Amino acid sequence: MTKAKRNRLIYNIVTYALVIAAFILLQSMIANKSISRSLKGQLVPICSWIVMAVSLNLVIGISGELSLGHAGFMSIGAYTGAVVSGWLLNSFAVESTLLRLVLAILAGGIMAGVMGALIGIPVLRLRGDYLAIVTLAFGEIIRSLVNVLYIGVQDGHLCFSFLNRNMPEGVTMLVDGAKGAVKIKPISTFAVGFVLILITLTVVLNLVNSRAGRAIKATRDNRIAAESMGVPVTKYKMMAFVTAAALAGMAGALYGLNSSTVVPTQFTFNQSINVLVFVVLGGLGNVLGSVISATLLTVLPEVLRAFSDYRMLVYAVVLILVMIFTNNPLIRSFADRLIAPLKQLLRGKKQGGDEA
Amino acid sequence: MTQVKRRANTKMVPVQSDAIVPERDADKAPVLEARHLGIEFGGLKAVDDFNLTIGKTEIAGLIGPNGAGKTTVFNLITKVYEPTMGAVLINGRDTHGMNIVQASKLGIARTFQNIRLFDQMTVEENVRIGLHNQIKYNMFTGMLRLPGYWKQEKKQHERALELLHIFDMEKLADEQAGSLPYGAQRRLEIVRALATKPSLLLLDEPAAGMNPHETEELMENIAKIRDQFQIAILLIEHDMSLVMGVCEGICVLNFGRIIAKGTADEIQANPVVIEAYLGKKKEGQA
Repeated sequence: MTKAKRNRLIYNIVTYALVIAAFILLQSMIANKSISRSLKGQLVPICSWIVMAVSLNLVIGISGELSLGHAGFMSIGAYTGAVVSGWLLNSFAVESTLLRLVLAILAGGIMAGVMGALIGIPVLRLRGDYLAIVTLAFGEIIRSLVNVLYIGVQDGHLCFSFLNRNMPEGVTMLVDGAKGAVKIKPISTFAVGFVLILITLTVVLNLVNSRAGRAIKATRDNRIAAESMGVPVTKYKMMAFVTAAALAGMAGALYGLNSSTVVPTQFTFNQSINVLVFVVLGGLGNVLGSVISATLLTVLPEVLRAFSDYRMLVYAVVLILVMIFTNNPLIRSFADRLIAPLKQLLRGKKQGGDEA
Repeated sequence: MTQVKRRANTKMVPVQSDAIVPERDADKAPVLEARHLGIEFGGLKAVDDFNLTIGKTEIAGLIGPNGAGKTTVFNLITKVYEPTMGAVLINGRDTHGMNIVQASKLGIARTFQNIRLFDQMTVEENVRIGLHNQIKYNMFTGMLRLPGYWKQEKKQHERALELLHIFDMEKLADEQAGSLPYGAQRRLEIVRALATKPSLLLLDEPAAGMNPHETEELMENIAKIRDQFQIAILLIEHDMSLVMGVCEGICVLNFGRIIAKGTADEIQANPVVIEAYLGKKKEGQA
């Protein structure tokens, strides 16, 4: 096995192991009732934010396109999930919460994936800043649309409208305009969230180390060279974008079905920036980093509730610091010099281990 | 619209009379035929009436002073630009309306003047991108790690190392491409291009930044590649020792037009070429 391959394998194993270990630890803590109520309530959101961060990392870190509308896909997933779950319960009397949850998540993923494809076709022709601006606009459009969306269910039929007064009499409302998706039965569980994380990790990590993933990375590193090697660039950009959108939709469905209401204001531009902060702080292209930073940055604001007014301010400062420290060659070389002896030490140890 | 109109007006002649190919390729179909090729950038004719035929196993050179339009010719052949006049035929097929990817699939591969490697990927991964259309499996096979994935990945790995062996670069397989020394990056670009299994390899200043020793090595390698893969090579180069040493047919470009064609000896003795490079003697000066 080559060195690069071994490093990759170790990285993947560590990523999976960390997630699984955290799950087992938390489950046993829940069983022992040694977990605080507030943290317990945070578990499912943490799962969805991890999925959000990892999927956005696929677009930003691996495909190299700045997308600022990720919360838009999440809201599509959340609404679809809420509607599908309500519909299944109301019209098909599906009592099993697990079945409803799984179907809702799948529907959320598919819906967001389809939207991702529709948006991707025109948007992925753009590059850099333009792509960022258009995805940002898309996120806002989605939010404005669901703000006036009414969906009801009656006798097994779904009714859609953008006007409340068009709804027939005696309909059970599932989505009620600006009030959002209402009367959701919270059915999300930590276990399903955990499985969703594992699926996301598998999809993203396996994709990265495959033919398609290499094509995506090549497109990021040098578009013209990739095309000259016969790699259809748009196809692979699309693949990354749609996969990320579908995963974000799944995360949205999980997130939406965790509470009794979903409102459009939950998925604003700020939320997209939040996920972006997870990704940048965890490291572009670094999946494990995304998992860790999404977890920490979801838990910390709860713990540091007293400073919540300053959260966005701190995020902005942190983003700027990260940019300075990762892109300034002077600071980078300084950091490298600081780390070098440590690396040497590690390498020395490893070689010693090999000889023994 | 205008493009179609112009193309219809192209004057067609029976096979160019000035086409030269090596004798051994005379009875085989040429790899590349450029016929009256030209491109205008807003009224400026960057390349005009460019005719070139390259034999199946020919090593051809494209030389000329800076700004003569050499790289533009490469960009026309590889379809980075769509020509506004004339046609490019690869293995007898007209490439009109094709994009870069389709041209690559027809069998053109290139390197770049300013190295364009996939910097953040490993050397082996760079070569594997070249193998993208050679050894395939679909996205879901990759995501789900089906048996096809392991089989094809193994094939890709072995083929990549085989190709890296041409320049004795197997040991560098795990290095990050962007961190390689300059000469190795140039060699890697050639390996990556070869991985696409081209019938015509375009090298844009392969010896730029190399020392005389490295250039000599490169010269041998270019000949070796041609012999081993039986492909045609067209190279742009300013290093005359390399061009004169390895190229069979040479084509000289100045201000977007061909000013001379011939073998190394013919080109060296051609007064028009000397004038283009060194300028004209003033009347009365000794």
